[in-house]
Amino acid sequence: MNRILDIVERHTHHGSRRRHNNTMAIMRKSKQFKWQRKHLIGLRDLSAEEISYILDTAQGFEQISRRSVKKAPPLRGKVVVNLFFEDSTRTRNSFALAANRLSADTIEFTKKSSADSKGETLLDTARNLEAMGIDIVVIRHSAAGAPMFLSKNINACVVNAGDGFCEHPTQALLDVYTIRQLKGSLEGLKIAIVGDIAHSRVARSDMWAMTKLGAEVTLVGPPTLIPAEASRLPVNVSYSLDDVIEKVDVINMLRIQFERLGGNPFPSIREYSRYFGLTADRMKRAKSDILVMHPGPINRGLEMESEVADGKNSVILQQVTNGLAVRMAVLFLVNQAAAQTGA
Amino acid sequence: MKIILDSEQIEKTLKDLAKEIAMGVTGADDLAIIGIRSRGEILAQRLARCISDQMNQPVLCGTLDITLYRDDLNSPHGEGQPEVRTTEIGFSVDDKTVILVDDVLHTGRSTRAALDALIDLGRPKVIRLAVLVERAGREFPIQADYVGRSTRVEPGQAVRVKLVESDGRNEVIVE
Repeated sequence: MNRILDIVERHTHHGSRRRHNNTMAIMRKSKQFKWQRKHLIGLRDLSAEEISYILDTAQGFEQISRRSVKKAPPLRGKVVVNLFFEDSTRTRNSFALAANRLSADTIEFTKKSSADSKGETLLDTARNLEAMGIDIVVIRHSAAGAPMFLSKNINACVVNAGDGFCEHPTQALLDVYTIRQLKGSLEGLKIAIVGDIAHSRVARSDMWAMTKLGAEVTLVGPPTLIPAEASRLPVNVSYSLDDVIEKVDVINMLRIQFERLGGNPFPSIREYSRYFGLTADRMKRAKSDILVMHPGPINRGLEMESEVADGKNSVILQQVTNGLAVRMAVLFLVNQAAAQTGA
Repeated sequence: MKIILDSEQIEKTLKDLAKEIAMGVTGADDLAIIGIRSRGEILAQRLARCISDQMNQPVLCGTLDITLYRDDLNSPHGEGQPEVRTTEIGFSVDDKTVILVDDVLHTGRSTRAALDALIDLGRPKVIRLAVLVERAGREFPIQADYVGRSTRVEPGQAVRVKLVESDGRNEVIVE
């Protein structure tokens, strides 16, 4: 706990770093900071400065997607493997496109097409891929800790694209990137994360990133979907969306993950929707400049009404666009760290 | 350490460069001044102001970040950590006469990277190179079209351009 507080406290100084192109500030900064991680496993262990550095770097990648030649050469000759043991469309495509825009070659490896269904272990799969000469593994796995395990056992860079209920760092990075882009800074912002917190790796990564950058985070959901550990984390908890809606600057609505829900966490979908859904009616009580976010895919009419998802406060598609820039930055940085240690 | 250009001399050199550039083009309409981050960016802005004063017309100005195009990115011997920043060119470079601006022309490697970065943005009609200081030590077949000051330095010496916007003072030194 002390460590967390310490991190949060240290962070508040850096959180105010606004979007700037001030040459002088950038020059000063570059002298004192060096990115050294060849893996991105989670945001829990990252300092506020490291998170800000990724966001600053991502800014430089934004324009690649807007020009006529949507490609730059920094990962030319490198191979990126998308090692996805869980279904994913958005994240997998986003990583593949990010790698391609940096001129890397990509290999797609999904559960259905893989030897995993034949009983091969994770380590064997990874070592076999590594024997082909790969440089970066982007992994999604249902077991928390799988990316960490992999990073300790292979030489390639490892980027976590979601592990169990643990972390989904690039999703949280694109969330804070989007907030910083639209609000200038996260310092002092009030942010609600609403829904199935217990089964959400997005909520966990978001919480680390947002609090480290100086925001005040409130987890909102029915008690059955708020994990017991929440009381030990630097966040507030509320069981009522109505209590929170008027106060927040940003609201991140999580998807109800039917595939992960065991038992009966709430009596009915209709009841959940009535208490925790973001309806047009509820939005009338929110701040006029509130940012409405969702990691996708949306269950329209369940956690969010269509009118809100497509409304003027929604930044959901901007999140997807920014995801590309953030993932390019992450792939670039881990590769740089590997190149400079000569590993 | 030796000062080869002081603040006043830098000012005069830029004015002369601006005059030379303005004379070489037919009009400001298709002219674009693009600086290479980070000192080149500042010099490009100053140059664009001088040129637009002389031609009595606004001149397009932009900034190019060449980090992603450097040839030492994957080398463990690269100097320091390359930092990716933004390219800010708010206009199309197609069919423009682009004046690429950098502070020092030494090995030519930055210029090579800048040419590749620029060509990924479009197809300029002409690209010319303007530098404040030129020194020996080329590793690529690249020369400048507009040179503020040529200086003779020993291979181990470095030419450093300090500008008030980034370093708090204007001077060019050899150390």
